[in-house]
Amino acid sequence: MQRPWKLPTMILVAGLLASACGSDDEGSTDPTTDGPDAGLVVYSGRNEDLVGPLIEMFEEASGITVEVRYGDTAEMAAQILEEGDNSPADVFFGQDAGALGALATEGRLQELSETQLGLVGDGLKDDAGRWVGTSARARVAVYNNEELTEADLPDSILDFVEPEWKGRIGWAPTNGSFQAFVTALRVIEGEDGARAWLEGIQANDPLVLDNNVATVEAVAAGEISVGFVNHYYLYQFLAEDPDYAASNKLFSGGDAGGLVNVAGAGVLDTATNVDEANELIDFLLSEEAQTYFAEETYEIPVADGVEPVEGVPTLDDVTLATVDLNKLDDLAGTLALLTDLGIV
Amino acid sequence: MTSPARWRCSPTWGSSDPPDSPADRRAGILAVMEIVTPARRGADHAGPTRRARRRPAPGLALGGLVVAAVALLPLGYLLIRSSEVGLDRALDIATSERTRGLLWRTGLLAVSVTAAAAAIAVPVAWLTVRTDLPLRRFWVVATALPLAIPTYVGGYAFIGAVGPRGILQGWLAPLGVESLPSLYGFWGAWLVLTLFTYPYVLLTVRSAVRGLDPSLEEASRTLGQGRWTTLRRVVLPQLRPSILAGSLLVALYTLSDFGAVSMLRFDSFTRAIFVQYRASLDRSTAAVLGLVLVAVTLVVLGGESAARRSGSYHRLHAGGSRRASVSPLGRWRWPAFGLLCGLLAVALVVPLAVVGTWFLRGLDAGEPIRLTTTLVGNSLRAAAVGALASVAAAWPVAVLAVRRGGRLGRLVEGACWVGHSLPGVVVALSLVFFGARVVPSIYQTHWMLTLAYVVLFLPQALGAIRSSLLQISPSLEEASRLLGRGSFATTFRVVLPLARSGLLAGAALVFLTCMKELPATLLLAPTGYPTLATQVWSATSEAFFARAALPALALVLLSSIPMAILVLRETDR
Repeated sequence: MQRPWKLPTMILVAGLLASACGSDDEGSTDPTTDGPDAGLVVYSGRNEDLVGPLIEMFEEASGITVEVRYGDTAEMAAQILEEGDNSPADVFFGQDAGALGALATEGRLQELSETQLGLVGDGLKDDAGRWVGTSARARVAVYNNEELTEADLPDSILDFVEPEWKGRIGWAPTNGSFQAFVTALRVIEGEDGARAWLEGIQANDPLVLDNNVATVEAVAAGEISVGFVNHYYLYQFLAEDPDYAASNKLFSGGDAGGLVNVAGAGVLDTATNVDEANELIDFLLSEEAQTYFAEETYEIPVADGVEPVEGVPTLDDVTLATVDLNKLDDLAGTLALLTDLGIV
Repeated sequence: MTSPARWRCSPTWGSSDPPDSPADRRAGILAVMEIVTPARRGADHAGPTRRARRRPAPGLALGGLVVAAVALLPLGYLLIRSSEVGLDRALDIATSERTRGLLWRTGLLAVSVTAAAAAIAVPVAWLTVRTDLPLRRFWVVATALPLAIPTYVGGYAFIGAVGPRGILQGWLAPLGVESLPSLYGFWGAWLVLTLFTYPYVLLTVRSAVRGLDPSLEEASRTLGQGRWTTLRRVVLPQLRPSILAGSLLVALYTLSDFGAVSMLRFDSFTRAIFVQYRASLDRSTAAVLGLVLVAVTLVVLGGESAARRSGSYHRLHAGGSRRASVSPLGRWRWPAFGLLCGLLAVALVVPLAVVGTWFLRGLDAGEPIRLTTTLVGNSLRAAAVGALASVAAAWPVAVLAVRRGGRLGRLVEGACWVGHSLPGVVVALSLVFFGARVVPSIYQTHWMLTLAYVVLFLPQALGAIRSSLLQISPSLEEASRLLGRGSFATTFRVVLPLARSGLLAGAALVFLTCMKELPATLLLAPTGYPTLATQVWSATSEAFFARAALPALALVLLSSIPMAILVLRETDR
């Protein structure tokens, strides 16, 4: 005997159960996600492990409820652009200046206050004051310290085109920080200089990696001798294993290899909670948050008076004055160059 | 089996040759007796070209059209964004040397992965259903489980296991092995994608093997054909739609996958699209590339449809209550067992062991255990609702396509596949675009997330339902209608129960895929709705593998359970 209702009933029951067990959690979150006055909505391209505790600190200090949406910086910037006028986001907290610049260019960020912008030095914020850097990261060469000492490495990233580095270099050309560096290279060395450098590295058969972390790992694993990355990834590995086989080499003296990029935040043009949004920006620039960035992510604090952790470079150690971050918005030009050379 | 007609005797049974054993003889007789059950068989034996072609019921057609319209949203978005660069520039991008290279590489990967997946899946399906393989029930479940492992976890696991200075290298180092062949590039992506997608083919084929009408094989055997000839000329042709349905899923999955290709550094189409978004927020160029991918999908679909041809794959009788006999493997029994052990070791044990190692390493380092009931509940709920909605949306489309045929059926079915080959982020952004602008009231609610899952995974449910519908003789519905049942009652009392295994398989498949889905969940889930998949992503994106381990294990385990229950239930029937 067939029981025709058995299957639909089973499915229905399963569905109801699933909704029921979900709705327990829903009760606590829904009042804050619905409606425009539900609390501050932050789109964070920065990681939850990093931002979560910081947001809790802010909520406690300010009494403002914050809803954070986590994702990839570029994907979330694209999301804000696609959302148009109905974007629920109040604040965008991004991982690199490029995405912030793209939002600013599209007119999606409001101007910040003089007080906020005054806390951060030039070169670490938008010219027109539409976004502000909250922490800085320097480009470095990470090298395998079992194979090389710092003295073995050239003082300029330009010298890695020498044949002695053939087969020993790793890079992550699809990575946003890398492309920002190439843009800086174009600004400093000119279009031809940048092209020559890229061709020179390509002639050295670089290992193509997907991101900074993979590059550091490949260096420590001895797959390559040196990789071009951001400074802070190394310290996470060192915290897990003090004998980790990789060290950072800084490029100073205005070398493009030592470019400083920022993570930063801006308030959206469509924000419904503008005051609360600005309070969050204030908090991100406060001593408490700046110290948190220094200690938790090994980044370089940007607000005056807070120093990086021991071992991490300070703003004075790295190239700052020579490249204006606002000139780094020509990612399209960089991408065209990289595509033309068959790199990405 | 309560039909009184069962006791009737076939006018032809006396003429069949005596089968091998008394048990087989009884089975054969029963089969022949079933064939003549008048209420259960069409008057003309449902010959090979027979297909019911009627005007679709208005409700069904409307349902199908609505589903197709929703499934076409990503295409609409891509057209809007592509039009921003102008036709000339768009054609330049689409026909550039770079695009052609990407197409060639990606196509090669899709073809190789699909071929390898089918080559694994068809024998495994046969072994686990129709032979006396040792521990058969265990294998039925275990061989389907690699599907529960997301490629972004599998990719990391393989790099950790057999990558440079990975675990295997560590073991081999004392033996003087300096380096292993590189995992990166084409072959690594091929391996990972094959191992974690072959169950798509396995599940559809296995369900078809179970639905096979044993009397056809028996007829072939009694007509003097050997076992291999029967397999080749009777069984394989009948499995064709299911092999094609599964292969289509694998091929399109390969086109759209980002996890494996990015981790194994294979420069595929999807990766190029991601680069456009991530490096330059260049939505227009990405959209043009997306359109090229849609065009490729249409070619693949056309190929599948041509290869499928029309034909009937249903039994001559309906019930399916008689189980086909088990073929003894003889001296191949243990070698087959060994092969399956090898497959299991590579596709399931290696990734789980590597993730387990992360977990233990994390425990050693004092990493707190981060697995909350909220996380688990969120994942289960989103995936369950997504699975239900996808099955419900696939039903009218499958019925239209299988039962009514015609241009409408083909168009509606084709439309449903468009979203499937696109990278998740493209589909997600298209729904961000329409959601925030057109229906802001449901944007970033559970409705929106469910809608995204339907657009992304509808074809998985469609494939399973379609295969099971093909195995139901239309004459059964006709009989029900002739006997005075309306179309609704016929659907519920005749078609749904018979398509049950397809519906459940489709739901389980979509459930599992929703569990591991990432880009759409990140962009479209309600704000503050973390799932296991987003936790794994969040931890691995910053290289906190120890933190990713527990959510990853929970993800695999929880998606395995419904799959295991379903698979076992099917076996026991």
